[in-house]
Amino acid sequence: MSDDIRIVPDATCTFCGCVCDDMVLTVDLQHKRITKSENACVLGKAWFKEHGIEERPFAIVDGRETTTAEGVETAAQILAEAYFPIIYGLSDTTCEAQRVAVAIADMIGGTVDTTTSVCHGPTGIAFQAGGESTASLGEIKNRADLVVFWGGNPAEAHPRLFTRYAVTAKGMYVPNGRKDRTIVLVDVRRTASTPVADIFIQVKPRTDFEVLWALRALVKGRRVDPSIEARTGVSLAVLEDLADRMKRCRFGALLFGMGLTMTRGRHFNSGALLALATDLNAFTHFVAKPVRGHGNVTGADNVVSWQTGFPFGVNFSRGYPRFNPGEFTTVDLLARGDVDAAMIIASDPASNFPKASIEHLRRIPVISLDPKETHTSRLARVAFTTATYGISVPGTVYRMDDVPLTLRPAFDSPYPSDEEVLTAIRNRVSELLGGNREPAGAPPAAVPA
Amino acid sequence: MAERMTLIGGRTSKQGTALCAGKLGAEYIQISSTVEMNVEDMARLGLSNDSQVRLRTAVGETVLRCKGRETKDLPPGILFMAYGPLSSELMAGDTAASGMPISKNLDVEVEPVPVEVQYPGGSRT
Repeated sequence: MSDDIRIVPDATCTFCGCVCDDMVLTVDLQHKRITKSENACVLGKAWFKEHGIEERPFAIVDGRETTTAEGVETAAQILAEAYFPIIYGLSDTTCEAQRVAVAIADMIGGTVDTTTSVCHGPTGIAFQAGGESTASLGEIKNRADLVVFWGGNPAEAHPRLFTRYAVTAKGMYVPNGRKDRTIVLVDVRRTASTPVADIFIQVKPRTDFEVLWALRALVKGRRVDPSIEARTGVSLAVLEDLADRMKRCRFGALLFGMGLTMTRGRHFNSGALLALATDLNAFTHFVAKPVRGHGNVTGADNVVSWQTGFPFGVNFSRGYPRFNPGEFTTVDLLARGDVDAAMIIASDPASNFPKASIEHLRRIPVISLDPKETHTSRLARVAFTTATYGISVPGTVYRMDDVPLTLRPAFDSPYPSDEEVLTAIRNRVSELLGGNREPAGAPPAAVPA
Repeated sequence: MAERMTLIGGRTSKQGTALCAGKLGAEYIQISSTVEMNVEDMARLGLSNDSQVRLRTAVGETVLRCKGRETKDLPPGILFMAYGPLSSELMAGDTAASGMPISKNLDVEVEPVPVEVQYPGGSRT
C-alpha cells in the first residue's frame, strides 16, 4: 500500500438496493484501489475490493481494440440504422446516465427496458392495479414491531437490511431493537435468513398466492377451509395466528422478494401481498415494500417513470411512449426475434436470460457498456469499458425505498462514465438522424399558414 | 432413471462476492454450475457430493455438479441453484405477457450422469 491514502467518509455502496450510505473507505490513490471498507457487509466488501482499475481496452469494435470515439461512431451508426432497437439494463448506473438512455430511445423510436422487467416488474404491474401502502426504510426501522419477509433471503442478498433497518436496528418506537420486534419469514425452503425469524412458515412451491389470499380472508373475518393445509403446506392454525399478529401489531411491514415475482402467479402474487397490506390498514398501520436487487434499479424505475410515465418496457416507435409488458419487455422482444439491435448498459443478460433470448442477442449487433468483461460484452459488436458508478463516478442513485442518495466516489478512473459515453452516442445519433426519427406512417408535419 | 423435481433458482452471498471479481472467473463459474439437492434424493439416485447430474426442462438441459443438503434445509424433491449461464439453459422465453420468465419452481427431470472414464483416443461413458 502506498502512502498516498485518502479516507472517504459517508460513501455509498451500490452493490444492492440497500445502498448503504455510511461506508468509510480507505483508498490507496496511487494504486487506485480501496483497501478497507468500514461498515460494509460481505457483499459490499467484495464490491469495493474488486472494483479497482483493470487494464482493459477503452472500446472493442468487431473484436478490435480501439478508442471510445470510434466505439461511439459505430454504436451511433448501429442505432441510427436499426428499425426496431432496444436499450436495456440501467440498474447499475447513475440516474444521470439513465435519463440519457431514455432520451436515445425516444430519439430513435426504440424501446427502453430495465432489469426491473426480470426482477420486480410483476410488482410494478401490481402497483398499477392496486397501489402500494408504502414507507421508507427509516420508518420501518423506527416503528415496525412486526416484520414479515416473504420470498426472499436477505441474509445472503441484502445482509444489512436486517442490521440497519428491519431486525436488530434500534428505532424511536422500538428502542430495544430485536427484542421489540416479531420477525416472520415465509419461504419455500430454509435459508440462511431462517434463523433470524421468530416464526418460519414453509409454503409449498407455487402456492404463495393461495396463502396470501387465505390471509386476506382471515384478516377480514371470513372462514377458510382447513384443506388449505393440504394445498399449501401451511395449517389453518398457523395462518390464523399470523393474521391475528398482523392485525394486533402497532406497525407492520411486509418485505417481499422475487420468490413471489419469478414463480407461477407473478404479478398476481405481488398484487395479493400488496392488497393484504392495504386490507390490514383497516386495523393497524401496515406497509409493503419490494426488496430490490441492484444498486440503482429503483432509480431506473423512477427515471423511466418520470420521463415516460411508465416504469419499464416502454416503446417509442409511434413517437410517444407505450407500455406493455410481454410486448415491449426485453426477454420477449429477444425470444421472439423482434429487435434488430440492442444497447445493453450495466447489465449482463447473456449470462442470465432464457437461452432463446440469448440466442437472438448473438444474431444482432449489440452495444455494451460495462466496467468489466461479461458474457454480454463478449458477444457485443461494440463493447465500451466504462468507469464504475459510486467508486469512480459521482451522481444520484435511489435506495429500494425510493429515497435518492448522492454518490461519493473514491478515486478517478481513466475510463469514461456511462453518462459520458451515452451523451456522445446521443449527440452523434442526433446528427445522423437530424433530430428525432419520424415514426413510420406518421402524417407530414403541419406547416404553419 | 429420471425423476421429476422442482428447481428454485436464486442468489447466494458467495455468488454475490464472486460476481464482483467477474462472471467469467473460475469461482463464479463453479458456484453457478452447482445444484443443491436433498441428501435422501441423492442417495436414491446413487449420487454423492460432486457427482454430475443432468437437469432437463421442456426447452433445454444442462449438466451440473451435485451438493447435498439435509432435509431440514432442503425438502425432498426440491433443488436449488444459483443463477448463471447454466440456469439460462433451462428457462423458457415465454413470459405469459408479463416480461418475467419463470426461473423459480421450474419442473425439471433429474438424472445422474455416469462418471466419464478417459480412454486412449477419446472418452466413453
